[in-house]
Amino acid sequence: MVAWLLARLAAALAIVFTVVTLVFFAIHLAPGTPFLPTGDRPLDPSVEAGLRARFGLDRPLGAQYVRYLGALARGDLGESFSQQRPVALALEEAIPNTVVLATTALAIDLLLGLAIGAVQAAYARRRLDTLLTHTTLFVYSLPTFWLGLVLLLVFGQGLHWFPVGGVVDPVLHQALSPAGRLLDRLRHLALPALTLGLVGAAGTARFQRAALLEALNQGFVKAARAKGLSESRVLLGHALRNALLPTITLMGLALPFLLTGSVVIETVFAWPGMGKLAADAVLSRDYPIVTATTLAATVLVVGGSLIADILYAAADPRVGRERAR
Amino acid sequence: MTALPLLPLAVILACVAATVRLLARRARSAAARRFFASPAAAPGLGLLLFFVALAVLAPLVAPYRPSAQLDIVGLQSRPPSWRFLLGTDLFSRDVFSRLVYGARVSLGIGVLATLVSVTLGAAVGAAAGYFRRATDAVLMRLVDVGLAVPKIFIVLVAVALGRPLGPVPLAVLLGLTGWFTTSRLVRAEVLSIREREFVEAARALGARPWRVIARHVLPGATAVLMVSAALSIANMMLLEAGLSFIGAGVQPPVPSWGNMIADARDLLTTAPWASLFPGLAITAVVLGLHAVSDGLREALDPQARGADPALAAGEPRSRERRLGGWVARR
Repeated sequence: MVAWLLARLAAALAIVFTVVTLVFFAIHLAPGTPFLPTGDRPLDPSVEAGLRARFGLDRPLGAQYVRYLGALARGDLGESFSQQRPVALALEEAIPNTVVLATTALAIDLLLGLAIGAVQAAYARRRLDTLLTHTTLFVYSLPTFWLGLVLLLVFGQGLHWFPVGGVVDPVLHQALSPAGRLLDRLRHLALPALTLGLVGAAGTARFQRAALLEALNQGFVKAARAKGLSESRVLLGHALRNALLPTITLMGLALPFLLTGSVVIETVFAWPGMGKLAADAVLSRDYPIVTATTLAATVLVVGGSLIADILYAAADPRVGRERAR
Repeated sequence: MTALPLLPLAVILACVAATVRLLARRARSAAARRFFASPAAAPGLGLLLFFVALAVLAPLVAPYRPSAQLDIVGLQSRPPSWRFLLGTDLFSRDVFSRLVYGARVSLGIGVLATLVSVTLGAAVGAAAGYFRRATDAVLMRLVDVGLAVPKIFIVLVAVALGRPLGPVPLAVLLGLTGWFTTSRLVRAEVLSIREREFVEAARALGARPWRVIARHVLPGATAVLMVSAALSIANMMLLEAGLSFIGAGVQPPVPSWGNMIADARDLLTTAPWASLFPGLAITAVVLGLHAVSDGLREALDPQARGADPALAAGEPRSRERRLGGWVARR
């Protein structure tokens, strides 16, 4: 078990290291100069040479790579062109916002998705199941950012139930009581988290229904039924527990989806997270920010799947032993 | 002005409905029957054919040129009417005409990106599964790396380093970064096919490895490839729409459904039609693709229908296969 864990950890580190290396070479082998002239005139060659020397770009690629790794290890991600401050600072502000948004969305995704999937399996091939099958198929097909815009139009600008963007109210937040501040945050969180969560939940429900129906087909379920257990005990106590195993894997896989979704959703709701940071940086060609968010996203994804693997191994004792055999 | 644009639309709708009905009625093979028995497959196929027809026949269907600014003062942000079926946008362009021409761009990018990704995925997956050993190890570690970076960030890095891409390079880039899941699914399939006797027979007859793969092994993975291609088109279109929405995808004035929504976003309250209809179009096509891929899975993949004991046993390979559809979007 310990050996298995160490092997997984090493694999995760190797993946992150490879991505770091690929990103480095992508930056340095890309055509063009990193220094954009501010006006229409091309950059003076002597100025450019000075800048190259200043940032160490005139040294051999190998030396630059070593320096880059050293800087990364110290948490130095470079300087943002458009914000004129270290990238690490910008990321430090953005990552908590994205993590809050993503975890809330993940909670909605899993709770709602599992519930819908269970209801569908319980009413399999009846009218309610068919209705939910069509509904989840539709919701799963919605572009997240467009769903966000529609929710914004209806609940933000139409009904005024929720604010239209940002993390907190820019004017009132400081004046609110602690409870009021929390409420303010939750009200701002509601629409973006719901948008991401709903689309994710539709996918989870589609998967969960299939997994549950398969579990219901198996011998141990027949045995439970033969014992005379009620249908709800069979479904919730026996089938669901087995169908939950693949769901743990889903949890790890949901992270890339949430991060991808966050890039566009954060733009829609002016949510100052990693996604918006990256999207804004692309438009100003601020590549240190873009590459840093890419690395951060990779670390989150690799970490998420590592945690999912560990949970899986904890839930399913067969996993660790296969290797030992 | 009369309801002129409605006429070609009605003709296309009628043709599509007739085609789907004919196909469903003529379905003889067991697989085709299973496909049409899947609840949403026939309407989904209809939706798809309708939008493909729109894209192909764009010049006949669209009443105006997609980038024509009809009257920048008098016809700004007009609501839908007989003359402008879906209204006009801020620049007095006909939303319906842009939607029809946008279908070419959005569908085209989805299809081209999928061609690239499925070809690469099939080749890599087949090589890994067939040759095993070092080839397998190296290729699959590469896939692990590819899957660790959310695709959208790879495209963002490319755009940030260079300049905004044209539709074709964008599609190719999406394809080059989108084959990882497909290759895993194909590999799992190939691992079991390569042990069959007919493959051994082909090898015994002296066929070269790539001939065995192309002629004998990959045809067995058709089901996986078709399902994953249908899903991939949907995912690529969603990704393109998202990228275009944040300004890193298809650049205006070329209309894509994603950048139409982006253009109209600031007028959400005053001219909602300009962003609502392109969104509905994306949803319709993606819905059609999901429905068709569900139908294909029922039709071509007998394992997905009955009980799959390996899934409950948590066996990684089979888990992966079932998760495939789900993973692809991520």
